[in-house]
Amino acid sequence: MMLTQRIGKRVLSLIEEMGAMFVFLMRTFGWLFRPPVRIVQIIKQVHFVGFKSSFVVILTALFTGMVLALQGYYSLRKFGSEGLLGSAVALSMIRELGPVLASLMVTARAGSAMTAEIGIMRITEQIDALETMAINSLQYLITPKVVASLLSVPLLVALFDVVGIWGGYLVGVKLLGVSGGAYWSSIESAVEWKDVYGGILKSISFGLIISWVACYKGYFTRMSAEGLGKATTESVVLASVLILVWDYFLTSVLL
Amino acid sequence: MSASLPIIIKLEGVEKTLGEQPVLKGINLDIPKGHITTIIGPSGEGKSVMLKLIIGLMRPDRGKVIVDGTDLARINDRELNDIRKKFAMLFQSAALFDSMNVFDNVAFPLREKRMVAEQEISRWVPEMLGRVGLGNMGHKFPAELSGGMKKRAGLARALVTGPEIILFDEPTTGLDPLMAHAIHDLILAMHKTFRFTGIMVSHEIPEIFPISDWVAMLKNGKIIAMSPSGEFRRTSDPIVREFISVNNGIHPTSG
Repeated sequence: MMLTQRIGKRVLSLIEEMGAMFVFLMRTFGWLFRPPVRIVQIIKQVHFVGFKSSFVVILTALFTGMVLALQGYYSLRKFGSEGLLGSAVALSMIRELGPVLASLMVTARAGSAMTAEIGIMRITEQIDALETMAINSLQYLITPKVVASLLSVPLLVALFDVVGIWGGYLVGVKLLGVSGGAYWSSIESAVEWKDVYGGILKSISFGLIISWVACYKGYFTRMSAEGLGKATTESVVLASVLILVWDYFLTSVLL
Repeated sequence: MSASLPIIIKLEGVEKTLGEQPVLKGINLDIPKGHITTIIGPSGEGKSVMLKLIIGLMRPDRGKVIVDGTDLARINDRELNDIRKKFAMLFQSAALFDSMNVFDNVAFPLREKRMVAEQEISRWVPEMLGRVGLGNMGHKFPAELSGGMKKRAGLARALVTGPEIILFDEPTTGLDPLMAHAIHDLILAMHKTFRFTGIMVSHEIPEIFPISDWVAMLKNGKIIAMSPSGEFRRTSDPIVREFISVNNGIHPTSG
């Protein structure tokens, strides 16, 4: 009885949280298209989510591309088809690794900071202060972050793809001696619009997941320093898991 | 209370449960217009919850909160925002926005709501800062201010829109006695100038008596006494006497 009760309680609270998250998302959407449009806030957030994440995205992209080329080269060499290295690197980048890895990096860097920022505002009553001034906190705080993520993450993913392919070129062509012409031409013949389109679709949905989870966890932070730490951890873990799960479903639909 | 006083806020049978703990168990309270009413009572009795109910940050489980003739439970978000324009609130932590300096904090409600010209703002805000004794602090950020200065800035932000009603949530908590005294004097001086209705939650006894017109006591989730400040001090109610004496540093039996 005790065990079944505990399981029941956990399941119920899980369903309750899913419902609360969905309501939060719908309310945020509701405020997304109402004036005033906070251009300055959105630009600030794009700077924070997009520009400030670009360094870490470039770094991870470079090494991801390099290791892909290294692994790919030794696998392809067994079949004597090193010439296809470019397409192998580019397709893995554009379809999977670019969207997923760039989004995970943004989650770790910007998502956690978003949760902490909103959480601190909750704990120190700044969100209540906004509400008492008759300013909707979702519209003022949350919607600029969601819009900025929707704009920034696809751009960061594009950056990741380009840098990653270039990193593959460095290792494959400059280090391991694959022909540069073969590298680029195999990319040109293998990558289709469908691949690029799928990557963009993924990156937009990941941008939504990151900001949604980060803002939700921050907005409903419990009123303590411990609560803030917990919210930040939960935000990163949940967003990362959701990105990978959603990636699988989206891939299965797109393929 | 005498029938001649105009009442601006009325609580009728208000009940509120937080989590599984009933906090307010049937509050009946009339707040007279243009006066300062202070609610005292032991910590954790739900004094701050009462303020949040009055400004609509929380909704009562049962009972009515009536502000200027409008029942807060019966209105939508937009109407609630209209009601909130009558209010300002000074939070326990002052709730200044960390990301803005003092000037921008005080200017914030003007810029957001009143659509006042920037010229006017650059005149009003320094004047208001001067009144609260922060004349040359406009460029400082909240993190650079002492506790007392934060409260002063919070008070300036509350006053700047010319609200009819100001809620004070423990305005002197965490301040040394001298600073607490200065903040009380400031509230009294501002009240003489602006004639707002003040509702204060505090346990600073006896300091609150000279600045309050009315004093009410909350205990076990109910208002057990309310009278003009002078009468309240001399009350014969044993529970009230005990609370006043203990907080006064006098042994209850010696009075």
